[in-house]
Amino acid sequence: MNVLVLMEPGEPSRQALTLARKFGEPHGLPVQAVQPFAPDALAAALARAVEELDAGAVFAAGTDRGNEVMARLAARLNLPLAANCIGAAPGDPATVTRLRWGGSLLEEARLHSPRPLVTVAPHTVPADDGPQPPTIEVGSPALGDLVVRVSDHIKPTNGGISLADAKVIVSGGRGVGSKEGFAIIEELAGLLGAAVGCSRAVTSAGWRPHSDQVGQTGTKVAPEVYIACGISGATQHMAGLKGAKRILAINSDPQAPLMLNADYTVTGDLKEIVPAISAEIRRARAGRTSS
Amino acid sequence: MRIAVCIKRVPITGGRIVLTADARAINTQHLGFTMSPHEECGVEEAVRLIEANKGDSVVLTLGPPEAVEQLRDAMALGIDRAIHLQTDGQEWDGESTAAALLDAIRADETSNGPFDIIFFGNESADSGGFQVGLRVAYALNRPCVTGLKRVTLEGSSVRCEQEVEDGRDVYVVPLPAVLTVKEGLNLPRYPSVPGRMRARSKPVADVTPARPAPRLELVKLLVPAGQGRRAESLGSGAAAAPAVVDVFQKAGVL
Ligand SMILES: Cc1cc2nc3c(=O)[nH]c(=O)nc-3n(C[C@H](O)[C@H](O)[C@H](O)COP(=O)(O)OP(=O)(O)OC[C@H]3O[C@@H](n4cnc5c(N)ncnc54)[C@H](O)[C@@H]3O)c2cc1C
Repeated sequence: MNVLVLMEPGEPSRQALTLARKFGEPHGLPVQAVQPFAPDALAAALARAVEELDAGAVFAAGTDRGNEVMARLAARLNLPLAANCIGAAPGDPATVTRLRWGGSLLEEARLHSPRPLVTVAPHTVPADDGPQPPTIEVGSPALGDLVVRVSDHIKPTNGGISLADAKVIVSGGRGVGSKEGFAIIEELAGLLGAAVGCSRAVTSAGWRPHSDQVGQTGTKVAPEVYIACGISGATQHMAGLKGAKRILAINSDPQAPLMLNADYTVTGDLKEIVPAISAEIRRARAGRTSS
Repeated sequence: MRIAVCIKRVPITGGRIVLTADARAINTQHLGFTMSPHEECGVEEAVRLIEANKGDSVVLTLGPPEAVEQLRDAMALGIDRAIHLQTDGQEWDGESTAAALLDAIRADETSNGPFDIIFFGNESADSGGFQVGLRVAYALNRPCVTGLKRVTLEGSSVRCEQEVEDGRDVYVVPLPAVLTVKEGLNLPRYPSVPGRMRARSKPVADVTPARPAPRLELVKLLVPAGQGRRAESLGSGAAAAPAVVDVFQKAGVL
């Protein structure tokens, strides 16, 4: 049986391809086949290819692009869609395991569909090193499928280190107390060459911009060290921390969920602890240069 | 101008998710509820657009009787009226949710004319299906742009900024359109006391759609294993600073 895979550059699509092989012989349709990006045109091309190949299933990476093209395909074909799966097995019905709550919860589900449509959550299944699938040719899109298309691109305003790529993040929560309270967080971040992050309590209060928010509805981060100051550790915050190598929690409440789910903890008032760490770094550096 | 916003009631899960005995739902006995953050921004955007352009705004939700609380929250921020698609609390999959919302939207448009914009959250906070807005748009034959962090009216079109890895992609689509938005689109206002008072007397229309058998059928939920972090204490107060700096040095970040 033939299966279709929407291919984007990068690892997540290879992971989707790996799951797709369990359903049949994969054929790839590259996202770059339609330039500039026009998701309806890609969905239309996938729908045509489904017909031509009599594809038994369609896969894509659970990226923003993958999820949106697959939802458009699902609407066109009038089929159910299982988004952000970490496992899938063919059968009648097919079965899937998918992420909920940004990964804080898993769902086992049955997918009752003549053609399972599945997106695969990035970085949740290992990619095999099987062959690249043959590429499907995409004809010229219908004008109506180009109404939604990228017409311009805005480069990020260069506001320092991006959260998603930062090696170290100093992050503050409601416990920081105020917008001004972030001065000590910024000071420590400056000394470490770190990005500043925050919880949703902080962005809702208007203390920091939403671009600093870490978590399910913010940014997912993957630093060497994540320093959480005055953050309780709600599941939606922790959903952004799965890729963090080491977590240091600073909190006055030793029972806060983040204190129980960290690698290192310091108990007490962050308003004393954070400046003390900054001072200690300065001392260590001064010692190093004088010796 | 006419604007609709579709929202979802979700539990505030706190630090740990606890499931019901049959593992088919979150045990919400001791939890509060809210509308998802993405949709809260959709509500705020709708209110701003109507404040600037005049017209009619409607909030819709498919959910249990208690979801009227979230409809009132939206009306407290300034939405004019609500349509409540009542369920018995069972979960609906993305496909059936979209079909029910579509019926309600079509019925409202038949009496009151088309919505210029229908807002959805990019994905629901709990089930994360990434599809309801796109399905409704396809059925209405309207353009749909997803994952928006900025929305600007330009005459009879709307300019949309979508967050992507290396910045933002821009789309300009004609109205009427369906837009799915993300938190960060704006900073939602807090409801004022008069706003809350007014919301109590704003109209809520109830409909009771029948739940079709889900084609994406939930079997059970699982709480994933923790990441096994060891929570080593470095001490308390300022005296812990040297131990912290040791950790930084060992991690190679100093
Ligand atoms: C659908 C949904 C999506 C969400 N998405 C996100 C998201 O992406 N990111 C996110 O962060 N949240 C998100 N949330 C919100 C989340 O549920 C929490 O409300 C939020 O993370 C709490 O922020 P906080 O930890 O800063 O505040 P709190 O929970 O109030 O915690 C403050 C902490 O600071 C400590 N503290 C107070 N004073 C001090 C002091 N002087 N010194 C040291 N410690 C102190 C307290 O002990 C406490 O642990 C979402 C919620 C929902 C419902």
